[in-house]
Amino acid sequence: MSTGMIVSLSPHVRTKASISMVMGMVIVAMIPAILAGLWAFGLSGALVMAVTTGVCVLTEWFITVYMLKQPSRINDGSAIVTGLLLGMNIPASTPIWQVIAGSIFAIGLGKMAFGGLGHNPFNPALVGRAFMLTSFPADMTTWPAPGAARWSILQTGGVDAVAGPTALGMVAEAQGLPDGLSGVAGMPTHWELFLGSIPGSIGEVSALAILAGGLFLLVRKIISWESPVFFLGGLALFTGVFWIVDPVRYADPLYHILAGGAMLGAWFMVTDMVSSPMTPRGRMIFAGTAGLLTGAIRLFGAFPEGTSYAILIMNAFVPIIDRYVRPKKFGQKKKEASRG
Amino acid sequence: MTLKTFKIGGIHPPENKITEDRAVQSCPLPKQAVVLLAQHIGAPAEIQVKVGDEVKVGTLVGKAPGLISANIHSPVSGKVKKIDTRTDASGYPKTAILIDVVGDDWDPEVGEAGQYEWNKRPLKTDIQATGDEIRAALAAAGVVGMGGAAFPTNVKYMVPPGKTAEYLIINGVECEPYLTADHRLMVELPDEVLVGTEILRRALGVEKAIIGIEANKPDALRIMAERVKSYPNIQVQGLVVKYPQGAEKQLVKALTGREVPSGMLPLDVGCVVNNVGTAQAAYLAVQYKRPFVDRILTVTGTSVKNPGNYLVRLGTPISQVIELAGGLPEDAGKIILGGPMMGKAVSTTDTPVGKGTSGILILNKAQAKRPAVEPCIRCSKCVTVCPMGLEPYLLSEMAKQNRFEEAEARGLMDCVECGSCSFTCPSHRDLVDWLRYGKARVLANRRKGK
Repeated sequence: MSTGMIVSLSPHVRTKASISMVMGMVIVAMIPAILAGLWAFGLSGALVMAVTTGVCVLTEWFITVYMLKQPSRINDGSAIVTGLLLGMNIPASTPIWQVIAGSIFAIGLGKMAFGGLGHNPFNPALVGRAFMLTSFPADMTTWPAPGAARWSILQTGGVDAVAGPTALGMVAEAQGLPDGLSGVAGMPTHWELFLGSIPGSIGEVSALAILAGGLFLLVRKIISWESPVFFLGGLALFTGVFWIVDPVRYADPLYHILAGGAMLGAWFMVTDMVSSPMTPRGRMIFAGTAGLLTGAIRLFGAFPEGTSYAILIMNAFVPIIDRYVRPKKFGQKKKEASRG
Repeated sequence: MTLKTFKIGGIHPPENKITEDRAVQSCPLPKQAVVLLAQHIGAPAEIQVKVGDEVKVGTLVGKAPGLISANIHSPVSGKVKKIDTRTDASGYPKTAILIDVVGDDWDPEVGEAGQYEWNKRPLKTDIQATGDEIRAALAAAGVVGMGGAAFPTNVKYMVPPGKTAEYLIINGVECEPYLTADHRLMVELPDEVLVGTEILRRALGVEKAIIGIEANKPDALRIMAERVKSYPNIQVQGLVVKYPQGAEKQLVKALTGREVPSGMLPLDVGCVVNNVGTAQAAYLAVQYKRPFVDRILTVTGTSVKNPGNYLVRLGTPISQVIELAGGLPEDAGKIILGGPMMGKAVSTTDTPVGKGTSGILILNKAQAKRPAVEPCIRCSKCVTVCPMGLEPYLLSEMAKQNRFEEAEARGLMDCVECGSCSFTCPSHRDLVDWLRYGKARVLANRRKGK
């Protein structure tokens, strides 16, 4: 008897996981860092985050539905992740029109121009940030002091905005001073960096909050350990060598890990699935090199911070890494041994 | 007992072993038996009967024409009605002998086996047969591997010159979700499995046999570990629950630490692997001269009214076994012969039970539907879970683009089609489908001598 049953190839069971579930976990993991950012920068931070997220989602929807004439994919949550990540990577005082421009650029050129989800070689949020840093260098390097104006919606040029240098700005300044680090007044301590009462981009102020989210992703197996560990390890190695040679002028490696965007990069950007390698060894090379580059840019580059550029540079090498770094195959060793 | 496992990859699909505590029941004889002549890997058996012939249980109805083939015996007594074709799990019509069933009279040559209920046979532990006699008995009884691939068993015990066997590996892993036939066999007939293992060990001429059982069958593991104490050359080893541990290369790795090199067989690292069901069939073939005419299989599924483990005569249409389990559920969407990871969906319930049918799994409509394919987000889960250390995301794209040589150079032919990549993909991509396609095209090109 013919039954009208479905006939298809095995496997006949599939995971319950889906793209939207993966993206949802990433969003959940961002919450502690976002809350820390909102505590520090108040309503202005919330406005910037809302604008990046809203504009990223709208841009993707518009391009997919009106330009590509395809069904909308915004339900998968990837545009929300990009939007939140971009917002976490810029100062709370950034003028809103710049925030809008950066968001459109992030999704439009960073993601959709390459074919949308899964096809972008570079992390779209970092593409947006790089575009903003190049186009609006002054506004992008002015950081409001945390906790100074929680109830002010627009901090742009406002009287209550108290701009202060970042910890990495002071570290860079110290390199040129005869007294080194001791010559800079008001440098945040390690503890202040860890807990988050420092000027900086919205999502990078609290290393603790970022770590909480990152460990959540690690436990839920959304990210693999190689990326954050090798990224932070590479950064610590590069900055550590200089610190050992000249501790007066150079900050210690732990300071570099806790300050600036290193933690945010290690847990939320180096770990971006789409723009990182497919094998564990590939990720070690990718993240380790990005960490070394971050250290190099911080100590010798034009900007005091180098995390996002280092990751963008390494994004470009991912296809080469994936071509040459292969997983260890079952039964490989003996075959090669017998050949030799 | 320290549990062992294989190193690279692996997944943990929901186990759904609904029937693990359900004792084996005997399935009544069908009205008409559909005896396929190809229930094994290799050449189909040659028909030995004609329409109108009277046959008894155990009468040879199909004879192996060569080495890589298997004898086929009548599973019932009755009259040959017709030589026809029936669609098997491959989806293609195959030659079948249709026998109208009269009763359960056993051929006098195999008469002794028919005297007993399947679970009341006296245990014959005394093994008189030599290696050659064992191989001959296996061939005569038409024993093939019961784990799924159905490779003629006697052939595995002819070690070609230049190769040495060191271990006999007996597979009690049953890593496919839902299936519990091997589990029940080990619980209900542990001694037949162990004597069968001892027989196969002697046929192979090795010092040691290891039976691997996953830890999700604690009762089977306990019973087998207890009974094995009377068999000094056999060891029972518990294994960590991980799919595809029952794949022979993964099982050899887990139990011996040896890796079968790419493109080679377990025998190349001194191992021969057979299923616990095959070991029991070997016991019956050698100690009772009983041909392979029935097997235990699991009928299961979340919507099945009365799922269970049944002892079924080969040639029984699956429709009848499904009736026994409460009938085809109203929301049935897919019928699978075997487990959900590697089993084959069938288009008709006229398909008969064959030597390699380890289970009948019925999925409901919601479970049967494949989720929509989404873009790859490069999460690398497929690379992580591949037990062969391959890159399914890449190989599937290469196969799609007809870049077969590149895919082959990157290990395509090592794929064991376990389906771990497709299972784990959050974008529900049809990875293993494209790998199968690529493998088929590479083999076709090889045949053309390209």
